[in-house]
Amino acid sequence: MMLSKGLKRKREEEEEPEKEALAVDTWWLDPRLPAVAQAPPAVPSNSLLDLSVLKLHHSLRQSEPDLRHLVLLVNTLRRIQASVEPEATLPSVPSPPEAPGVAADSLLPSSDAALSASMASLLEDLSHIEGLSQAPQPLVDEGPPGRPSGGAPPGLGALDLLGPATGCLLDDELEGLFEDIDTSMYDSELWAPASEGLKPGPEDGPGKEEGLELDEAQLDYLLDVLVGTQALERPPGPGR
Amino acid sequence: MKCFSRYLPYIFRPPNTIFSSSCHTEADIISTVEFNHTGELLATGDKGGRVVIFQREQESKNQVHRRGEYNVYSTFQSHEPEFDYLKSLEIEEKINKIRWLPQQNAAYFLLSTNDKTVKLWKVSERDKRPEGYNLKDEEGRLRDPATITTLRVPVLRPMDLMVEATPRRVFANAHTYHINSISVNSDYETYMSADDLRINLWNFEITNQSFNIVDIKPANMEELTEVITAAEFHPHHCNTFVYSSSKGTIRLCDMRASALCDRHTKFFEEPEDPSNRSFFSEIISSISDVKFSHSGRYIMTRDYLTVKVWDLNMENRPIETYQVHDYLRSKLCSLYENDCIFDKFECVWNGSDSVIMTGSYNNFFRMFDRNTKRDVTLEASRENSKPRAILKPRKVCVGGKRRKDEISVDSLDFSKKILHTAWHPSENIIAVAATNNLYIFQDKVN
Repeated sequence: MMLSKGLKRKREEEEEPEKEALAVDTWWLDPRLPAVAQAPPAVPSNSLLDLSVLKLHHSLRQSEPDLRHLVLLVNTLRRIQASVEPEATLPSVPSPPEAPGVAADSLLPSSDAALSASMASLLEDLSHIEGLSQAPQPLVDEGPPGRPSGGAPPGLGALDLLGPATGCLLDDELEGLFEDIDTSMYDSELWAPASEGLKPGPEDGPGKEEGLELDEAQLDYLLDVLVGTQALERPPGPGR
Repeated sequence: MKCFSRYLPYIFRPPNTIFSSSCHTEADIISTVEFNHTGELLATGDKGGRVVIFQREQESKNQVHRRGEYNVYSTFQSHEPEFDYLKSLEIEEKINKIRWLPQQNAAYFLLSTNDKTVKLWKVSERDKRPEGYNLKDEEGRLRDPATITTLRVPVLRPMDLMVEATPRRVFANAHTYHINSISVNSDYETYMSADDLRINLWNFEITNQSFNIVDIKPANMEELTEVITAAEFHPHHCNTFVYSSSKGTIRLCDMRASALCDRHTKFFEEPEDPSNRSFFSEIISSISDVKFSHSGRYIMTRDYLTVKVWDLNMENRPIETYQVHDYLRSKLCSLYENDCIFDKFECVWNGSDSVIMTGSYNNFFRMFDRNTKRDVTLEASRENSKPRAILKPRKVCVGGKRRKDEISVDSLDFSKKILHTAWHPSENIIAVAATNNLYIFQDKVN
């Protein structure tokens, strides 16, 4: 129980806070023309593209990215990419596990193929975020008609199946397959606190990815069997 | 001083006090402001999870010139920072929204929410306390029963007024994504909470269940292109609500049509102006706030550069569009770079739905009179807030010669943004939150 007595807080003498005027960044403007009159360029410079990709990566590195911010960034990136390269289309299905390796090299994509792969991997990150935030929602799904919740819970991540709570889903002979899989990698990497700063750099990525590939293929097959036609998203790996 | 009544029918003057935290930390940044239904109380929430409620002084005949001013009535910690161990994520304690319930007895009730949890708070006064217990002495210590020889009835004695805030309900674990809106239904039995992808309907009495009424989460998250940005119930029709999206659309839903309102009854969208198209078109079209008019006939939406008023009967375009700070249109690239383009401004109606108000940068806020089509820019700053002073309209110079009192676009302070404002339900009293300062302006008394 909280008790409080109404107290009037008067503003004390305060120093004038520093004014942070907008540093109008005019790197993309022609300095000879008045700044106000110029509209954003119809064709984006590489700087705008790079800036957007950097923003997207920065956003994804947050422990819990702001979904609105993320979606707006991705859509803007799509627009920029479409105008740079109108004929290229973004893959809408998860790209094969090799993509992360490509993305690792092309944080600042300079080639078209790398851009597509990078975009695909960035979009995969969106689904990775979803996989992380896909907590069981018994309350929401228990609602009255209109919420079909039959079948396997959508978006069941690999981690859920690896957890002990879902051991009942595995047959006895399959359990043995999982026993020697080292899940500490998932545990430590993904549950790393935000204060640790940036996640391991891209150069750490490919090495660990290769070691996991065989397990991932096995997992994918097994999970497809278990979950039916549910296409499983690639399990999140380190470096993401 | 010039008379500024030609700009607007109201002339606002600052109060004698500006409410401000004694030390400016990030936790003191005000994140929401809301008057209650009578305007007697004004609640603010901040980034540190605290709620501060102000109460209007009763007007006294002795001090006619001192119109009822607002004083701090109650302060309490609504939300604490939490740690979600399953996802290894910190849940911010920042209060995203406060909504009052209509008063039904002596106590006041409000809903406050952070990203994940909604709480119902009861704020009540205590001005009496029981005295003369038989088993306890005046300090509360237990008496030795052997010493009690007589029996008496405790009596209520007056005491100094104490305002208590108690959490009556906690509505948790129903949102995977960040809650951006809560709205009390006109039936006063239910309310809704909206996050980026889902809207849930709650009964005030039931905390362990909520009914999902909107779900725009795609089966494949890679197909996600749109999120819910705001939602509100119709002020009179308890079956109707609207929600806005990051793509600049508004959907009106009728809960009688189906249990899951994924299919809208009405869809409001203005076609894009091809001459204004840019890479940032979608970002600036993202709606940051949606509000029904008090009459229930109109909705108002705020996107990055404009405020729009829509007639519920016309879906293909708004009936009114007001430019808040069009001079920023040529600065979008810079504003994208410093992330200001993602700022979410709110908008409010006045009590008679004739004037709308919204915030801007440099501690400016704007008012638009829908009838006269006049607008004014005002500033919430200490320099302008001397007692008995009148708020002077401000003007932004967009190029060419700058007049004496004007400020140029390049001199605007983009760290001073007014995102949250509130208008008294029936009088010309406005509350403006400027970072960690709360300004309450009242109409000039003639």
